[in-house]
Amino acid sequence: MSWAGPDDSFLSTSLASFLDKKLIVLLRDGRKLLGTLCSFDQFANAVLLGACERVIVGDLYCDVPLGLYVIRGENVVLIGELDHERDELPANMKKVSEAEIRKAEKAERDAKDLKGTMRKRMEFLDLD
Amino acid sequence: MLFFSYFKELVGKEVTVELKNDLAIRGILHSVDQYLNIKLENTRVVDQDKYPHMLSVRNCFIRGSVVRYVQLPPDGVDIDILHDATRREARGG
Repeated sequence: MSWAGPDDSFLSTSLASFLDKKLIVLLRDGRKLLGTLCSFDQFANAVLLGACERVIVGDLYCDVPLGLYVIRGENVVLIGELDHERDELPANMKKVSEAEIRKAEKAERDAKDLKGTMRKRMEFLDLD
Repeated sequence: MLFFSYFKELVGKEVTVELKNDLAIRGILHSVDQYLNIKLENTRVVDQDKYPHMLSVRNCFIRGSVVRYVQLPPDGVDIDILHDATRREARGG
């Protein structure tokens, strides 16, 4: 990622064309951050203004406000420009409060754990 | 530098980039750099239902370190030129 001047910033791999735009940043741990790109460098370290985390559980989602975030580049998977013309999420998805999304997260985690323990108990059946 | 040069030849072609987190994105290769970071245009995620948050993303930057595969168009490679370039690279430029 080179430092691109004003002329070639749209032809290079530089993040310069994303400056001041609303972006979604996917991180290696699966989190999705939204915010406006203020600054970046050649490692894809990035500064997001007005960052929030988009937590999605099934058809529910919530944008948890975080503030000004500096992201270390090694954690970045993808930086995507959000197109204003398109819906950010499918129409069937419902926005809920942070409390509700945390509850949904916990329910999903518990269901997964339960499935894991049930499977472990049935291991003697040699399901695979 | 061989693969950097190679990807530069593919700019403007449609490719599918599969990431280490199994997300696969199809789009027009806009640019590539020395780290093999990739910028795609007109992107769409191969399994859209599984990744609803990617719905409105049309242009994206992918960090080179998270790429697992790049699937190329069948006519994207001239084997003879690639062989020659590989030998030249192996000899040390």
